[in-house]
Amino acid sequence: MSGIWWASLRRELTLIWRAPADMVQPLFFFVVVVSLFPLGLSPKPELLALVAPGAVWVAALLAVMLSLDGLFRRDQESGALDQMLTAPVVTVVPVSAKLLAHWLLTGLPLALIAPLLGYMMQLPVAVLDTLMVSVLLGTPTLTVVGAIGAALTVGLNRGGILLAVLVLPLYIPVLVFGAGVVRTAQDGLPTDGLLAVLGAILALALSLGPVAVALGLRISAGD
Amino acid sequence: MWKTIKRWYHQLGSPRYFYGFCNAVLPWLVPIALVVLAVGLAWGLAWAPVERYQGDSYRIIYIHVPASSGALMGYIAMGVAGLVALVWRMKMAEVMLKALAPFGAVLAAVSLLTGALWGKPTWGTYWQWDARMTSMLILLFLYLGIIALQSAIRDPRQAARAASLLAVVGVINVVIVKYSVEWLQTLHQGATLKMVGESSINDAMKYPLLISMLGLWLLYAANVLIRARAEVLSRERRSGWVRKLVAPAGGKGGR
Amino acid sequence: MLFRNLDFSADDGQIWQITGANGAGKTTLLRILVGLHGFYEGEVRWAGPLAPSLLYLGHQPGVREELTARENLRYSQALAGQSGDPDAALDALGLYGFEDVPAGRLSAGQKRRIALARLWLGGKRVWVLDEPFTAIDQDGVARLDARLREAAAGGTLVLYTSHHRVGEGVHRLHLSGDGAEVLA
Repeated sequence: MSGIWWASLRRELTLIWRAPADMVQPLFFFVVVVSLFPLGLSPKPELLALVAPGAVWVAALLAVMLSLDGLFRRDQESGALDQMLTAPVVTVVPVSAKLLAHWLLTGLPLALIAPLLGYMMQLPVAVLDTLMVSVLLGTPTLTVVGAIGAALTVGLNRGGILLAVLVLPLYIPVLVFGAGVVRTAQDGLPTDGLLAVLGAILALALSLGPVAVALGLRISAGD
Repeated sequence: MWKTIKRWYHQLGSPRYFYGFCNAVLPWLVPIALVVLAVGLAWGLAWAPVERYQGDSYRIIYIHVPASSGALMGYIAMGVAGLVALVWRMKMAEVMLKALAPFGAVLAAVSLLTGALWGKPTWGTYWQWDARMTSMLILLFLYLGIIALQSAIRDPRQAARAASLLAVVGVINVVIVKYSVEWLQTLHQGATLKMVGESSINDAMKYPLLISMLGLWLLYAANVLIRARAEVLSRERRSGWVRKLVAPAGGKGGR
Repeated sequence: MLFRNLDFSADDGQIWQITGANGAGKTTLLRILVGLHGFYEGEVRWAGPLAPSLLYLGHQPGVREELTARENLRYSQALAGQSGDPDAALDALGLYGFEDVPAGRLSAGQKRRIALARLWLGGKRVWVLDEPFTAIDQDGVARLDARLREAAAGGTLVLYTSHHRVGEGVHRLHLSGDGAEVLA
């Protein structure tokens, strides 16, 4: 079983690596959306610092969600998904490897670049590490929860709109606490408790999410 | 007691029995629901005493509170139905889940609308991002997500199962949303006006509220049964008992 | 309702061809048999757990274009827990020299052959194949046909859908609107 998990992880990483656009585009999207805020609102530093946590987090949310639209699509169209579902191993095994690979190559880069965007949005340097940690703790939840929606819509060819309608309301707690942590840090208050809440939500998502994703894939296959 | 519940579960799990159950119950349930709701609303809107601080504007709670509670209960019921549908593959749970969504979404919308109308005299604005209004807005989004997913999938069985999973995930989410939104309030110290000051509501105000709440819940139940009955007929249209039902008297079965 | 009067049982060492017009439900029947498609009424019974012995090839070959022929086959093999040498299997289907070519640069028939190469790996006793003869040339058809008979002779149960080609000694299940019929 662990052999299959490693084989799955290798396959998923190879797949993303061979089509790097899937990996680079969410990152590019993230940067572009955040840079729209100073242009649309005002380049005033005080104002930007005020909206920065929310702006960075909303952009990260959308970037992850859009990147998930194609998570299962090519496996479904090519028939590879049916192979996973009929394999003599619980579907959670290949699915969890897929989710991890996806997070490693999209969520993690978002977290790594978040401090730079925070800086451009005039966040004080002292809170940039909190921003990064919050995105680091929040994006895996976004990946797992969004993957449930992606699994349920995989055969529908409806583009991202339906996925957005299903998934964005589910993203709200992560947005509230993720941006909230950064604002709390801006106010100079301790953030440990809130980071723990983000961690607890992540633990919940990791324990139930992959099972729900696997179930969603089975339902989409017709079960 | 337990045996009776079990028997009901199995009987109502059969579409044919459920159809008969609906036909037996609905002619009573609909008028009772309407009468109870009318009594509650009339009492609340016309006869209940005026509230000390808010005057007559508080009376909108006789619509707002029943609608809010109905919307929340409906969504939780969808989560339960979804869990039953996923775990036990029970056909009727799928039917119930589908039937619960539309009226629940309407109630969430009514709750938001009445909340806004109430907000104007109390807060001076139609919209405040207070914890309850925000939670209800998100609940409406969740309802719309279920309806959108259901209508996007053509096969009714698959649509219902997909919606079941989403409803179960949604119920877990509702709990977390509630806490997150309440926490957001404490961060901002914004408008956390209690909708009804606990001390100022007395029995003369409470009874009509409870009666309208009961009436609206009964109406919701009736709506669900009507929708579920139609869904059962549509799903079972090729089965023997439905064919016999729609066959003209003396004829040899419908098409 | 999908099928009426559908009732058949198949044994080890038999080859079953499922025929029927477009839309008769051949693919759905196979998906129901392997547990991909759910249903309310009726029953599918296998002697023992199906997953460990099942080799299912769907309507689509299940080959990802970004991966090479060998990578595709190796992953299917790992997932399904099949023994055997993937290179030898690719070789048996005339894919020698194409092992390291990304599947996206291969023809439809060659992609199908990558999937079919799993039949040359070991370890599976129930083969469920959806239109296995599609997109492959005459030579490939002959090789596949021989392989199916060889496997059946070794005790493997083979179920496949196809419009054409009824060979000797193949059981046939015909699906139509009125119901299913076992021929031969």
